[in-house]
Amino acid sequence: MAEVLVVVEASGGTVKKVSLEMLTMARALGTPSAVVFGDAAGLADKLGEFGAEKVYVASGDDVESYLVAPKATVLAQLVKDVQPAAVLLGSTQEGKEIAGRLAVKLDNGVLTDVSALEPDGTATQVIFAGSAIVKSKILGGIPIVTVRPNSLTPVAAPVTPAVSNLDVAVGDADRLAKVVERVAEAKGARPELTEASIVVSGGRGVGSAENFKLVEELADLLGAAVGASRAATDSGFYPHAFQVGQTGKTVSPQLYVALGISGAIQHRAGMQTSKTIVAVNKDAEAPIFELADFGVVGDLFQVVPQAAEEIRKRK
Amino acid sequence: MKIVVLVKQVPDSGAERNLRAEDNTVDRASANNVINEMDEYALEEALRIQEAHGGSTVTVLTMGPERATESIRKALSMGPDGAVHVLDDALSGTDALGTSKVLAAALKRLEPDLVLCGAESTDARGQVLPHMLAERLGVAALTGARKLTVDGSQLTIERQTEEGYEVVTAATPAIVSVWDTINEPRYPSFKGIMAAKKKPVETLTLADLGVSADEAGWAGALTTVASHAKRPPRSAGVKVTDDGEGGTKLVEFLVSEKFV
Repeated sequence: MAEVLVVVEASGGTVKKVSLEMLTMARALGTPSAVVFGDAAGLADKLGEFGAEKVYVASGDDVESYLVAPKATVLAQLVKDVQPAAVLLGSTQEGKEIAGRLAVKLDNGVLTDVSALEPDGTATQVIFAGSAIVKSKILGGIPIVTVRPNSLTPVAAPVTPAVSNLDVAVGDADRLAKVVERVAEAKGARPELTEASIVVSGGRGVGSAENFKLVEELADLLGAAVGASRAATDSGFYPHAFQVGQTGKTVSPQLYVALGISGAIQHRAGMQTSKTIVAVNKDAEAPIFELADFGVVGDLFQVVPQAAEEIRKRK
Repeated sequence: MKIVVLVKQVPDSGAERNLRAEDNTVDRASANNVINEMDEYALEEALRIQEAHGGSTVTVLTMGPERATESIRKALSMGPDGAVHVLDDALSGTDALGTSKVLAAALKRLEPDLVLCGAESTDARGQVLPHMLAERLGVAALTGARKLTVDGSQLTIERQTEEGYEVVTAATPAIVSVWDTINEPRYPSFKGIMAAKKKPVETLTLADLGVSADEAGWAGALTTVASHAKRPPRSAGVKVTDDGEGGTKLVEFLVSEKFV
């Protein structure tokens, strides 16, 4: 079976969940091979656990000190060398950007935000704020697709991967955008927003930055990531990086808890595909209740502390 | 500095959006067609750079059907000097890769020092275009900017990432894509709206750009949408009014669904 290249997303020496989802998806299409940009130490075991027969590693200054262009060049060469059945990347900023460059280099179509990929190359995409589903296909080339996090459940299939280093041969055109500094902004021990199984978000109704502690408290009790509506980030209650919605992150967790969020279309665009939705809002007519599997009409400053206390009791 | 801002007309993300039954393309006729929101931030950033650097020009570049003219005039009312509209019947059905081919040809002709655009469009949300253009033009792409500093020909951005941000630098010519955290776009003034009506809008066809019709549109597309369907709307579940036990009931639901 032909190889399926999976471009690994990792953070702080840990493989991100979307990579494991992609390896799981790849096994239905061919033989999964992982591609790691940067330090692969500590990643290969995890990638093997989820079925990566091979791990290709490209590291060094040329790959790590510039924005995406060198990665696309290395990946394009690998595609030419191994003739994979498909290339899967995470539907993240960097994954999409590499995919875009790869598409130009190979003159091959590209599909983003794919949630399922059939062996015949048919891709499923949920579009327009979760209101429509399209089936798309790449014509006359290999599927180059970016996979939306939380599209499937990763399933282990342990193998011992063969690790090999790739030659990094990039040109001056790949060294135009230099990364001079990487600054980590504290997010604590919480899971990453787009990858989290549970997301607890706060909106305008939370009222202040100070009150967001309530949202964080519930999130921590549930092992959840914290999100915020645009109204909350624009009001300065919570950093923009955590915005869920049309102009922020799209999340698709198992459970989404909306606190003091009315459910404007801008917000729904980012969370509508969540499996289960729970809402607390004092306005019984808030549109969020049209989506909620369970809704509480009430004051979140009463309901949330009580819920937190109840969870503590049950733990 | 010669600045070009890419502006895309999209169906309003705040209203119902549909695909057409006959060809699975965006139904623009029934939509409220507006400037892609993120592009307004790119326009604002361009105008601020122009204000800070004497002798700069700002040109809007749009590819789209006839009705995109409305969005071009709207963009011009914010303050840019003029616009270029790539307009050709053969563009119908163009995919992302084809769009990058056409826009790259237009940018080669305009020879800007700086191209600004939104980080993504609200309809496709692909985020692929800036890097596709950079790849075709052999220029730098600084993408996902929440802050842009221009110092002569040296550009520096803060690029928003999952972990925090990256400081990325490049020299012009370059493409910079921006998120909505970068600034607060101005509203067009009455004077601006009146002035926009008289600003030059150059129309270019594929032939003008030296792109053959079979490289764009349906003929050139390397992706196809085979079918589409409305996603079944979510149905509302249980709604309780807090009677003093709302928090407890919420947890009971979470327990029943095995989240606690």
